[in-house]
Amino acid sequence: MQQFIRKFYYGDIPDDISGEGLKPAQTGESAEEASWPLWEVFIRSKQGLDHKHAGSLHAADAQMAIENARDVYTRRNEGVSIWVVESKYIHASNPDDAESFYEPASDKVYRHPTFYELPEAVRNM
Amino acid sequence: MQSHQFENRFQQKIDAETKIEPKDWMPDAYRKTLIRQISQHAHSEIVGMLPEGNWISRAPSLKRKAILLAKVQDEAGHGLYLYSACETLGIAREETINDLHSGKAKYSSIFNYPTLTWADIGAIGWLVDGAAILNQVMLCRTSYGPYARAMVRICKEESFHQRQGFDILLTLSNGTEAQKTMCQDAINRWWWPSLMMFGPKDSESTNSDQSMKWKIKRKTNDELRQQFVDMCAEQVKVLNMVLPDKDLQWNAARQHYDFGGIDWNEFWNVVKGNGPCNKERLAARRKAHDDGAWVREAAAAYAAKRANKQEIKAA
Repeated sequence: MQQFIRKFYYGDIPDDISGEGLKPAQTGESAEEASWPLWEVFIRSKQGLDHKHAGSLHAADAQMAIENARDVYTRRNEGVSIWVVESKYIHASNPDDAESFYEPASDKVYRHPTFYELPEAVRNM
Repeated sequence: MQSHQFENRFQQKIDAETKIEPKDWMPDAYRKTLIRQISQHAHSEIVGMLPEGNWISRAPSLKRKAILLAKVQDEAGHGLYLYSACETLGIAREETINDLHSGKAKYSSIFNYPTLTWADIGAIGWLVDGAAILNQVMLCRTSYGPYARAMVRICKEESFHQRQGFDILLTLSNGTEAQKTMCQDAINRWWWPSLMMFGPKDSESTNSDQSMKWKIKRKTNDELRQQFVDMCAEQVKVLNMVLPDKDLQWNAARQHYDFGGIDWNEFWNVVKGNGPCNKERLAARRKAHDDGAWVREAAAAYAAKRANKQEIKAA
């Protein structure tokens, strides 16, 4: 059969052999809906620990983002506190510059305790 | 730098088991493959809620109902984790959803089969979720960071799904004659479609396998399918039921179970939209989305109102 020209995996069926008639996309989305911002979700799993990035979601405002995050990311008591930040406010370092950006730290081995050799007599330092 | 140099460096990272993150350079084809695969995976979670949702109101006890409800909620969550992972590749959520509703994007064909009895809910948990888990455990080590992280989260939650399915079947298998018959009937109907979930045989592939080279996938279809058969052939004994395959038998030389041929015509037919429930599933998805429009509008209006109030307060 002609379809067998390459391998398809579970959950991965290429567009070119999809059989359903291609109807034009039913957009009909209102302007408000399309503009729901994306939020990054941070969860503190337990009192005393840092908030940690858990994922992201869309919501109309911060309050609803927190409520949605509760429903999605804490269904099994994974959290005691939630932060949400609109994704557009997150600034990140550039992975392409990583080499030079982090280079200053790489030749300073003396910042690690293992750099120093201590006599046996000095314990627990 | 030339583009092939970028590609070499990319492949070196993959070979060194370094995860690829959203802002890293990646070949267009890698991005495209991931968008297709992750979105289909997300759609499968969402459409997968439909056959089970059908039984929430008919579950035989309050306990079963609460459990099934929790499971279907999990699937919605899994859909969201995956949609979010997909979005990091630069495709808008609306576009992904529209592709599902227009029929352009696919979802796992297994969800185009109907759930006729309560035992089907058990069979879905045991077989369909069981097959999905094998795939998902492998994907926890996939090369794209956000996809791998979504998978880890999903796998943590998914094992309860398989157990609840087995638990349903185990209860039926210890029940009345009618219940035992119902149990066997569900296994009979779900077994072969579950095997098809792993996709065509490896030997049907002529191209070199890019997904393996990019470590998006780490096991072949046949490897995963064999693993699944070996697992189920043992577990079905606990149920005192049989798998509907007369060729199924232990092969001591291979240390695996041999099993019968799969009807690939059926598989491609369902993929192409001619399965028992394709139209119904898509129609249900579209209806849910359209009927939910007022909720989305109300949420947006409420957010605007709240923002307005805060401005007035601040002034």
